[in-house]
Amino acid sequence: MESTAYFKDQFEQLQQTGPQGTIAGLRKEGFEDFNGRGLPSFRDEEWKYTNISTLFQQEYNLDGEAGIEPSELDAIRLPGHEQANELVFVNGIFKAEYSCIRSGANELIVMPLQQAAEGEYKTLVETHLNQSAAYIKDGLQALNTALIYGGLFIHVLKKQEPVQVYVYHILEAAAGPVLAQPRSLIYADKGAQLQLTESYTTIGNADSLNNQVMEVVVEENAYVEYYKLQNDNSNASQVSTSHIRQIGRSYVHTVSIALNGGMVRNNMNLVLDAEGNESHMYGLYLLKGKTHVDNHTLIDNRKPNCFSNQLYKGIADDSATAVFNGRIMVQPDAQKTNAYQANKNILRSDLATINAKPQLEIFADDVKCSHGCTVGQLDEEALFYLRARGISKEKAEVMLLQAFAADILVQIKPKALREHAEKLIDKHLSL
Amino acid sequence: MLSIKNIHANIAGKEILKGINLDIKAGEVHAIMGPNGSGKSTLASVLAGREEFEVTEGEVEFAGKDLLELSTEDRAREGLFLAFQYPVEIPGVSTTNFIKAAVNEKRKYLGQEPLDAVSFLKKMKEKMALVEIDQSLLSRSINEGFSGGEKKRNEVFQMAMLEPKLAIMDETDSGLDIDALRIVANGINKLRSPERSILLITHYQRLLDYIQPDYVHVLYKGRIVRSGQKELALELEEKGYDFITDEVDLSLGL
Repeated sequence: MESTAYFKDQFEQLQQTGPQGTIAGLRKEGFEDFNGRGLPSFRDEEWKYTNISTLFQQEYNLDGEAGIEPSELDAIRLPGHEQANELVFVNGIFKAEYSCIRSGANELIVMPLQQAAEGEYKTLVETHLNQSAAYIKDGLQALNTALIYGGLFIHVLKKQEPVQVYVYHILEAAAGPVLAQPRSLIYADKGAQLQLTESYTTIGNADSLNNQVMEVVVEENAYVEYYKLQNDNSNASQVSTSHIRQIGRSYVHTVSIALNGGMVRNNMNLVLDAEGNESHMYGLYLLKGKTHVDNHTLIDNRKPNCFSNQLYKGIADDSATAVFNGRIMVQPDAQKTNAYQANKNILRSDLATINAKPQLEIFADDVKCSHGCTVGQLDEEALFYLRARGISKEKAEVMLLQAFAADILVQIKPKALREHAEKLIDKHLSL
Repeated sequence: MLSIKNIHANIAGKEILKGINLDIKAGEVHAIMGPNGSGKSTLASVLAGREEFEVTEGEVEFAGKDLLELSTEDRAREGLFLAFQYPVEIPGVSTTNFIKAAVNEKRKYLGQEPLDAVSFLKKMKEKMALVEIDQSLLSRSINEGFSGGEKKRNEVFQMAMLEPKLAIMDETDSGLDIDALRIVANGINKLRSPERSILLITHYQRLLDYIQPDYVHVLYKGRIVRSGQKELALELEEKGYDFITDEVDLSLGL
C-alpha cells in the first residue's frame, strides 16, 4: 500500500512555519496538483515501463537536518574540484557550510532559493521557477514543488571561460529510508559560460529516493555544458528532472551517465525557445544486477532554425532494465529545424530488458529530422578476432563494451571528468 | 609442430571436412590449395577454434598439446596464429592497445612479466619496419576504414608482434593488388624461421611465386586429394583444378 499522508503534514508545516510569498504560493499549487494527480502508476503512458509507485510502499524520513562528516564529503569529491565551485545538498537541502564558492561575485552568485525569491531576483524566480510543470505533468514533479525547502538559486555571469560547478547530492540513509527533494534554479545570463556536473551518493544501507527538479534557463549567447554521473548504491533510487530552456540563441551540451543504482528515472528536457539554438544531448547507461534506468528525454523545438543532436547508448546485463523514451517535438513555428536522434542498445542477458521508444512529433513542414534505434548483441566476429589473438573472452568483452561506451565518453569535455568517468566505467565493467 | 589426424568437422549439421590428415614440422611452409567450397577456410577455422564448427572425429596435436581441448585464446597463447581472410573492423578499440593486450596476455600465460611501455614501443617500431606498416594505421581503431591491403598488412604485423610457432594465413592474398601482395609476401618471408611453421591457404598460385612452399596440398570435398612439392602448384596453375578433381570425382563414382 502506498503511503503518502505524511506529505500533507510536511506541506502544512512548511506553510505555517516558513515565510509567505512566491515559494509558498508555488508549494500550494504543487500540493493541489499532487493531490489531484497522485503518484504516477504504470497505467500512465509516461510511466509504462517504470513502476515508481513500488518505491512508496514504505515511509521515508523527510528530515533535512542531517549532517555529514567532512571525510564523507572528501571521499566523493570529483577530480578537478580544486578549481571548481562545490555545492552540497544533504538530504535535498542545500548546505552552505559544506559548499565552497571559488568564483568571484562578478562570475557566479549562489544563494538559497527562498532568499532569491524575496530579494533582487524576485521577478526572475517568479518568471522561471516551475516552468517544468508545463512539461512534466505528474505527481512527482508536483510533490517536489509542494515541498520546496532548502532549494538553491545560481546566477552564472562569467563570460571569458566556463565557470565550473560541481553539485554533490548526498543522501544520509544510515538511520532509515530517506526521501530528498532538492530543487534548484540556474540562470545562465547573457553570454555566460557554465560547466555543471552533478553526482549522487547515498551513505548508509537503507533505501534512498532523490526526487530532484532542476530548472536551467539559458540566455542569449550563453554556453552550458551539463554532466550527470549516476553511480550510487543499489538501494539508491532517483527521479531526476533536468528542465533546460534556451530562451535566447545559445548552446547546450548534456551528457548523462548512469551506472549503478536502484530505480532511476531521468527526465531530461531541452526546450529550444529561441531561433538558432544548438543543443547536444548524450547519454550512456551500463546496467547490471537489478538496476532499472529510465531515460525520458524531450527536445521541444519551438522556434525556427534550431539544431539538435541526440545520442543515447546503453547496455543491459543480468536482470537490469533500461528504458529509452526519446521524444522530439517540432512546433508549427519551428521551420528549418534540424533534429537528429539515435539510440543504440546491447542486450547481454536473457533476463535483461530494454524498452526503447523513439517519438517524433512534427508539426512544421520544412524540417530535417531523423531517428534510429537498435537493440543488438556484442559482435561475435569481433569477439572471435580478439580471442584469436590470445585475449580472454572476459577481457575481449570488456574491450568491446568500452569501445561501445567510448563515443559517449568523448563528449565529456573536461579531461579530468572524462578520465574519472572512464575509470568508473572500467571498474564497473570488469566487476 | 602440427599433426592433424583424420579430422571431420560439421557446420550446422553439414559435414565439411571429411578426414583430413596433415603433418607440419617446425620451419616448414605448407600450402593448401583448392577450388572454392573445398573446405580450406573451414580447416583454418577449426584449427583456430571457431565455435560454430563441430569436430566430430579425429585429433590435432599442436606443440605437444591436444589442440582441440584448448580455448581459442589458449591456442593463440600457445603460439597458433590465424591471419584472417576478412579481418574484422572494431571501432573504438585502438590497434596499439589491442596488440599490447594480446602480447601481454600471451606473456602472462607463459609466465613472463608484461612488457613495459618502452620495450613494447621498441618492439612495435622494429616490427613495423619489418612489415612496412605505417604508424598512422596503428593509432586508429582496429582495421577501421583500412583498405584491403592495409588490413592484410595489419594481420602480418600482428603476426610479427605475437611471434607464433605456427601461422595459418587464410587467403592472405585475396583482394590484394600486385604491389600490396608483394609487400605482404615480403613481410611473411621475413618472418620465416627454422622454429616457425607456416600454413598458407590460397586459391591461386600467385602467392606462391613470392613465398616458396616446401609442400603443396590440394583440398577437395573435405579431403586432401593430392600432395606434392612446389611444382604441384605450377601444374595446377597450368591445368586448373579440373585435372585433379575430375580424377577424384571419377574414383568416387560421381
